[in-house]
Amino acid sequence: MSAAGPTNPKRRVALKVLGGTLGAGAFARALAPLRSFTAGMSVDDFVQKHYKRLTPDEVAATITRLEAKTKDEYGRAVEIRDLPAQAGVSFGYALNLSLCIGCRKCAEACHVENNHDRASHQSYIRVLEMDQGSLDLEHGNAHYDHPVPAPGKFYLPVQCQQCDNPPCVKVCPVQATWKEPDGIVVVDYNWCIGCRYCEAACPYHARRFNWTRPELPAADINEDQGLLSNRIRPQGVVEKCTFCLHRTREGRLPACLEACPTGARVFGNLNDPDSEIRWVLANKRVFVLKEELGTAPRFFYFFDK
Amino acid sequence: MALFLVPIAACGRDRPAALAAPPGPATHPVVVNRSTKLTSIETDVEDWRGRRTRMACATCHALRAPRSLPTRTTDLKEFHTGLVFAHGDQPCASCHVEGRYDTVHLADGTTVPMTDAFRLCSQCHGPQARDFRHGAHGGMTGYWDRSAGPRVRNHCVDCHDPHAPRYPGMRPVPGPRDRGFTVAVHGTEP
Repeated sequence: MSAAGPTNPKRRVALKVLGGTLGAGAFARALAPLRSFTAGMSVDDFVQKHYKRLTPDEVAATITRLEAKTKDEYGRAVEIRDLPAQAGVSFGYALNLSLCIGCRKCAEACHVENNHDRASHQSYIRVLEMDQGSLDLEHGNAHYDHPVPAPGKFYLPVQCQQCDNPPCVKVCPVQATWKEPDGIVVVDYNWCIGCRYCEAACPYHARRFNWTRPELPAADINEDQGLLSNRIRPQGVVEKCTFCLHRTREGRLPACLEACPTGARVFGNLNDPDSEIRWVLANKRVFVLKEELGTAPRFFYFFDK
Repeated sequence: MALFLVPIAACGRDRPAALAAPPGPATHPVVVNRSTKLTSIETDVEDWRGRRTRMACATCHALRAPRSLPTRTTDLKEFHTGLVFAHGDQPCASCHVEGRYDTVHLADGTTVPMTDAFRLCSQCHGPQARDFRHGAHGGMTGYWDRSAGPRVRNHCVDCHDPHAPRYPGMRPVPGPRDRGFTVAVHGTEP
């Protein structure tokens, strides 16, 4: 088009129509993910407040909704509870590396207890096979498949260390994860936006991301569920070990401890001077992983000799 | 606009965490599992599900005239044949009592029932017995908080065969199939 010449109204209209069509098309295409995102989401899901700002009534309503949703989507009636932390309780965990043989029974128990996706065989515990004399987690192999214990190796189960100075909590841009009064770091699965900053920040690789909607047969679902722990997570959120708070907050031992065939695991209340965990801390030479990072874990490791 | 600003303004105004009552005194017991291995023996007879059945020790030992104790398990010709022994260089009489096969004897000669074998094991395995007493050796199930419920501890023989006490190895449960970790990790790659 020349600047001096008269404009052609037909051509201008044609260009406008073309541009308008392209723009509308691009706009529709840009909004497409939003459409599919909201397809499986109710208005109640969308407007739900942060866990800490829910009133008791709203918590009850949320639980009712989630239970109905599980019944709908997975065909299983479950009981979701929201157990509060106990006063005077501060959880600690210790693991005897001299006893651990790397059988992954703990990881399996976690998989079942916490309603993990069956296809990915997910678990909050990753057992690393390590060379004796080394504590370099980068060289740990989590995918060994041979009879255990293998000569020259030791086994280091790694799960959430429930740090008292948790890097994962600091990096969360929406405060969807926080530390509870009993020391457990939890995630509000309804508030998490799935940015995975926490997963990147965790020096222990303890957080997991739900890439897909967890698939579980109805018969395999653990119906004893906690709102902040093992209820079936939605797709696109981060999850983590909660020391089985739906069990431990009513006094029971975590599932991984009960499953351990060698008794390598010790769990208890750090505030109780007579507890097993306190005896271990006082009488064994315990250490924590990556102490130099200053994360102050509540998960301790020790060797017998 | 207000819809977006209100949640931001409310940040940090969390409701205070309501705590549940603290644990009370430990009223529930710690029970040590009464292992059937101390009162019965596995037989070759299988039940309808293919599991080997167990038979009480007294089934034979109450009826048969007591034989003298052999020194080695290889000397067993009629019963308990093929018993693998890998527990130091002990002769049978180190623990067993001739003629009273439902008992074992301690180092000082005291005879204790087989079900109290814990006392016998503890004589030599002091560190393990100490750790067991403090809940740092041997598996358990139940409650960490004994004001809420009881706890069941494993007996020595639940995990260790007294005749070959080294904990046996096993094939591990299959590992995770998660993204990014499907191949070998650093250092072990070819």
